[in-house]
Amino acid sequence: MDYEAVIGLEVHVQLQTATKIFCPCPTTFGALANTHTCPVCIGMPGVLPVLNRKVVEFAIKMALAVNCDIAPFNVFARKHYFYPDLPKGYQISQYESPLAEHGWLDIEVDGRTRRIGITRIHMEEDAGKLMHDENRPVSYVDLNRTGVPLIEIVSEPDIRSPEEAVAYLKKLRQLVRYLGISDGNMEEGSMRCDANISLRPSGQKGYGTRSELKNINSFRHVQRALEYEIRRQTALLLDGQDVVQETRLWDAARGVTFPMRGKEEAHDYRYFPDPDLVPVEIDSAWLTRIREELPELPDAKRIRLKRQYGLSDYDLEILTASRSMADYFEGCVAQFPHPKTVSNWICVELVRLLRQGDQEIDTCPVSPAGLAGLLEMIDNGTISGKMAKDILQQMYHTKKSAREIVEEQGLAQMSDESQLRIVIERVMEGHPKEVERYRAGKTKVLGFLVGQVMRETRGQANPKKVNELLEKALNP
Amino acid sequence: MKITVSEIEHVADLARLSLERDEIKDLSRQLNNILGYIAKLEELDTGGIRPTTHALELTNVFREDRSMPSLSVDEALSNAPEHEKGMFGVPKII
Repeated sequence: MDYEAVIGLEVHVQLQTATKIFCPCPTTFGALANTHTCPVCIGMPGVLPVLNRKVVEFAIKMALAVNCDIAPFNVFARKHYFYPDLPKGYQISQYESPLAEHGWLDIEVDGRTRRIGITRIHMEEDAGKLMHDENRPVSYVDLNRTGVPLIEIVSEPDIRSPEEAVAYLKKLRQLVRYLGISDGNMEEGSMRCDANISLRPSGQKGYGTRSELKNINSFRHVQRALEYEIRRQTALLLDGQDVVQETRLWDAARGVTFPMRGKEEAHDYRYFPDPDLVPVEIDSAWLTRIREELPELPDAKRIRLKRQYGLSDYDLEILTASRSMADYFEGCVAQFPHPKTVSNWICVELVRLLRQGDQEIDTCPVSPAGLAGLLEMIDNGTISGKMAKDILQQMYHTKKSAREIVEEQGLAQMSDESQLRIVIERVMEGHPKEVERYRAGKTKVLGFLVGQVMRETRGQANPKKVNELLEKALNP
Repeated sequence: MKITVSEIEHVADLARLSLERDEIKDLSRQLNNILGYIAKLEELDTGGIRPTTHALELTNVFREDRSMPSLSVDEALSNAPEHEKGMFGVPKII
């Protein structure tokens, strides 16, 4: 029998605010353990959390970017469970009235566009970090991350393959980066993904029993964990067994999922409204202001760049990968108005240099104006396209401008007539037979003589000029 | 509505409380009294009224996103029964 996978993703995104969600502790990643804590985030009695306005605005930006309805009235709730990374004994989250619902996101896989529903987006606080002693029965708790703002984005079970799951995650990461609300880095944990997955016979409407996969921290692992789970569940079903509803952890080293131990009385979180935090009302004036602050988003940017510059889909894919990439392209075109040429140089030469140097466009040592300057020198005949590739590489490594490199190394094409005449004279003296043959009517010899001049000048002579001057010299 | 002993045991377990038989008996009486009051309130028609989450009629209290000094590591750990290498120490989990 053929089975179809039904996948829904819960994605946690760490918001890059300067301070935590309910207290003014900094959120800087990688600080010494427990240097970013205060009585509020370590859960001392009698403290009062106060909501960071920017968290609400960042969350609204995300909600608008994925076409959600925004709740005008928001309440925070306490979600209770005991774990050493949660000092208060509850996590402040949103339960019955999430910030946003009913959104969607378009993804493209194998040239096909699919619309994935977004069930809800809500705001909550992150928990601390645990480290386990390898030799003694002790775990260590670092509470720097406690209270760092998160949004949780829950998709509808609309995803049908591991490839679609990865495309969805990549699109989310692109969006949070465009919006400037998170770095979306899965390896560092600023974007985390749990996946619900079940199988059903192809064509069936109802859902099968699902498992929930946790602990997946890269795009590749999302793909592998889902592939493994599809194989595991398929084998069970084909064998006439049932899939057990459970939470499973992905073991990247062994490439398998395994059931999470414990948490017997699962999910009895006893949510109730947090009395310390007053409700948040979001009126249309606030929404309008935030909507006006939204940058041009990837899909819209792609459509505009295509219309405005007539670029290929392949180029657009690269140029709209990030806001900085698109800005780089448009910055360069503003100074050298040949979009196709600029796009080629970025998508081929520059991208290759960036990849070799393991750099992002944001930190590219060659500025858009710098690249425009190089292309200008090809355009006006100062250098050849072939030379330009070498020069770009040098610009990248030395941060010098194209003009500086060309001047320092004398790379410019030789166009100075008096200089060229000296070389031409020398060549004519060195090849009297050829000169004679030319003058006798065998004008084809000209090509040979031009070649000699080019050789003498190590290829730097401007060939057009050489032709012109040679002809003059040969026909006195 | 009457709360059962097993429900009390379940809630106690969630709260990591270990209760003696007498305490369960006492709590069962007290909790059932409270539920009695609630049942009385339920006689009112509250259709069309938004659930009251807060007693204050206050909304939108915000902080600006500006950082302030945190506690020192020593202060942060000063109430911890166990700590080591600048971190809280707890019985090993997992």
